[in-house]
Amino acid sequence: MWAYVVRRLAYSLVTVLGVLFLLFLLFFLVTNPDDIARKAVGEKAPPQALEQWKKNHGYDKPRFWNPEHPTDSMLVDHFRRMLTFDFGNSDADDTPIWRRLRSGAGPSLSLSLPLFTLGLLLTISLGLLVAFFRETYIDRMGVILCVLAMSISTVLYIIGGQYLIARVLRWFPISGFDPSPSVIARFLAVPVLVGLLSNVGDSVRFYRAVFVEESSRDYVRTARAKGCGEARILIHHVLRNSLVPILTQVVVAIPLLVMGSILLESFFGIPGLGSITVDAINANDFATLRTMVYLGSLLFILGQILTDVSYTLVDPRVRLE
Amino acid sequence: MQPYLLSNVVVVGLGAALAVALASARRSRVWRDAGRELVRRRPIALAILLAYVAVGLLDSLAWVSGSSAGAAKGADTVSLHKPQSAIDRLFPDDRFREKSYSAPLAEREFLGGAPLRHPGRHLLGTDILGRDVLYQTLKGARVALLVGGFTSLIVIPLALLFGVVAGYFGGRIDDVIFFVISTLASMPGLLLLIALIMVLGRGPVQVCVALGVTGWVGFARVVRGETLKLRELDYVHAARALGSSDARILLRHIVPNLMHLVVITFVLTFSAFVLSEAVLSWLGIGIDGSWGRMIDQARDELSRDPIIWWNLASASVALFGLILAVNLLGDAVRDILDPRTLRERA
Amino acid sequence: MSTPRAPAARAQAETVLEVRDLVTSFPGPNRRIAVVDGVNFTIARGETLALVGESGCGKSLTALSILRLVPKPGRIDRGTVRLGSRDLRALPVAELRRVRGHEISMIFQEPMTSLNPVVTAGKQVMEAIRLHERVSSDLARARALALFEQVGIPDPASRLDAFPHQLSGGMKQRVMIAMALAARPSVLIADEPTTALDVTIQGQILDLLRQLRDQLGTAILLITHDLGTVNELADRVAVMYAGRLVEVGTRTDILAAPRHPYTQGLLRSMPARARRGERLAEIAGVVPPPGQWPEGCRFAPRCTRAFDPCTRIDPGPTRLSGIHTAWCHAVEREESTAPAQGAPA
Repeated sequence: MWAYVVRRLAYSLVTVLGVLFLLFLLFFLVTNPDDIARKAVGEKAPPQALEQWKKNHGYDKPRFWNPEHPTDSMLVDHFRRMLTFDFGNSDADDTPIWRRLRSGAGPSLSLSLPLFTLGLLLTISLGLLVAFFRETYIDRMGVILCVLAMSISTVLYIIGGQYLIARVLRWFPISGFDPSPSVIARFLAVPVLVGLLSNVGDSVRFYRAVFVEESSRDYVRTARAKGCGEARILIHHVLRNSLVPILTQVVVAIPLLVMGSILLESFFGIPGLGSITVDAINANDFATLRTMVYLGSLLFILGQILTDVSYTLVDPRVRLE
Repeated sequence: MQPYLLSNVVVVGLGAALAVALASARRSRVWRDAGRELVRRRPIALAILLAYVAVGLLDSLAWVSGSSAGAAKGADTVSLHKPQSAIDRLFPDDRFREKSYSAPLAEREFLGGAPLRHPGRHLLGTDILGRDVLYQTLKGARVALLVGGFTSLIVIPLALLFGVVAGYFGGRIDDVIFFVISTLASMPGLLLLIALIMVLGRGPVQVCVALGVTGWVGFARVVRGETLKLRELDYVHAARALGSSDARILLRHIVPNLMHLVVITFVLTFSAFVLSEAVLSWLGIGIDGSWGRMIDQARDELSRDPIIWWNLASASVALFGLILAVNLLGDAVRDILDPRTLRERA
Repeated sequence: MSTPRAPAARAQAETVLEVRDLVTSFPGPNRRIAVVDGVNFTIARGETLALVGESGCGKSLTALSILRLVPKPGRIDRGTVRLGSRDLRALPVAELRRVRGHEISMIFQEPMTSLNPVVTAGKQVMEAIRLHERVSSDLARARALALFEQVGIPDPASRLDAFPHQLSGGMKQRVMIAMALAARPSVLIADEPTTALDVTIQGQILDLLRQLRDQLGTAILLITHDLGTVNELADRVAVMYAGRLVEVGTRTDILAAPRHPYTQGLLRSMPARARRGERLAEIAGVVPPPGQWPEGCRFAPRCTRAFDPCTRIDPGPTRLSGIHTAWCHAVEREESTAPAQGAPA
């Protein structure tokens, strides 16, 4: 299996190079460094200031090919720095990007980890429940509720959740963040709740479909003929065999947890990596944005490799060669 | 050509293309039955969707009145020469606006209590700039259809093309296409979307392009997988042995077997795109005039005291209604076109 | 070839399973269609009854109906299924589960897909034991090992920990049989147990079934379309066509002296019976799909001996000899004109 992992990593490297190239096209070809400089330094800044800024941020070099120093072009720079995780400074306020990443990771995880684990437990349980009652009223009601829940935009959940819980009921603070362990839960309660609600419809429907599909298989019929009860069939037989499609959805999200949720963080004032991304949007901070997309891709690719490996743990038929 | 004429042509062109597609679908028994089944199962959702489409259409064709009759009615020269759609004309902007907020069907302004210019005529109230909320909501339908429908119409055929070519021809072509697909797929959707819009600019076209670029990958991958399977089917082998050209095999054997996926995906990506645009509006980079934008602008209104709710409610219900209808139809379509049930009914 | 069982021993055996007037239906385009349409049979202790017919005649559904395993939207409309003194149709589900796998077991046609792919073979057999008896997992494992030996799985200890995909088709079917016999049922329903297996393996599995039946005294309801299998295992045979029984008798009755035109056609069309250079016999026409059955005798459209009443009236049972019975107007007419050998129906 390790040979497989190594090979996947090698192919992933090629993909990463592809991602970097795409990012380069996006951020260096389509955009104009002069515009970026102007936005950072100011519209009325003198040309020397602009040039100086561009020099500081590496925008003054030729794009692809520097005839004098072949390896000193934006393209090479971009690849070299991204691959060595040398992200430099933000285009907006010159702070080192790494520092912001470090400070944002903790808050992001403090929201995304509970959201993820609670969400998983909740949606799988609900999915099993609805599958247990399939073809009955409970099932039909469940599916209708799921479709209704899915049709409400996350944005509306945020507004609604915030309004109801924080303003009307006044149970929890509207927004903000305080990492000290005694109060952190209060600030996370509403975003976690909102995050759960906005995902539950889609996920439960998916899990239900997987469970119902698996329930129609022959080995379930054999189990029933052996005298297995329906509950045992679902949990012991169906769930175990449904793990491959479930893992496909779930494992790939795990490395990305550290990137946090853009919407939830920005709205609830949680200073995580998602918030940083939104700030980058508002400040036209392409350097930070670039970094975020790059990191996101890396983590996603990692997640895909982990997913493949996880298959071997749950399905004895899967052998990664 | 003036932009509004161009957009009129596009709309008419789309309508014609749709008519042609429907006509050719009617000839096939499978599609006719499927259509009838859809109407039987989800008449309400279908009716709601058609209502949205109708409103969107009414807002899609714009013309300039510029006639002396209009001048006689007291319209100023600006609006005489501005291209306006049917919806625009129902709510003549210059004359229908208030100063600021007013509650639905109110007689007086919300802040201050001065009497309105058109008391009781604003069914859903007015927003902070005094614009009629019903008017804005109706106009949002066109934006939503543009974002969801138009973009899907571009994206899906492209993805189909790439996926089929990659799956059918294999080899180098497949390697290249699959590499592009997996590279794009490795980039987290929302982030890539944001990056694209930041880079391309914030107009409606750019947003649609960004949505398209991020949206075609998933479907292309599925199509490629299916094509790989279809390519190995016995009747395809037989067709090849009989000397059919690749193009013929593709057109007559492979693509028709993918059409059910196309329809299902169209519905799915429609709602995905519309919801994504709402999120983008929320982040400040959506399309002007969309319901997402209305919701974004109404963010703080809930916290006012007394509360201003009609803006948010109107846009939310409109958005919810469309997505719900599309989701319900999508479910029904997926059930109807499920290859297993298709076989049983045959 | 197995030796026929002594009739005396059979006559003394008590009835262990009785199916009366069983009707199982599925929804059709306009109304429900009875795919099993009034089937009656009994099985005595230790006896093997073969239920024979072509694909689509309703035999598998009959078997599934006994344990109430009919998949939705199918439903058992009428009839009783008596196990001893209890009517299985009336049992509450919790009690039915105690019957399943313990008093009546079932093995299925496709061993490939009938075993849980992510659980070891040993664990699946152990589950069959522990669902019905309170035993420790060690004891259950020991019993599973013994069962593996009994069903002839080589190197049973290591096979206990094997996953189904690591086993061959024949091996998987042996595991299924071990699972079915684990809780010592009095009735085993075998739905086409050898159809999906290689020809060489088929013989082995049939030998195994015969051996186990003799050792354990289990009654077997054998569902099959293969007359060769019938010959190997069956004591009695019931022939089904289009949801109904058309002929019933001992193995000798049916294989050596069939009376119903359909049974005769089946036997004639066996390749083993053909002579070199002759065209294989066939029964003209095709089995009508459920819901498109004709009035009167359902076999009439394909029958060479059909005459007037066949297309109008359902044939009733005609008693021939001993337990040999046929549902056919032509047979009835033959019997009534021949010297009486038993009371005509």
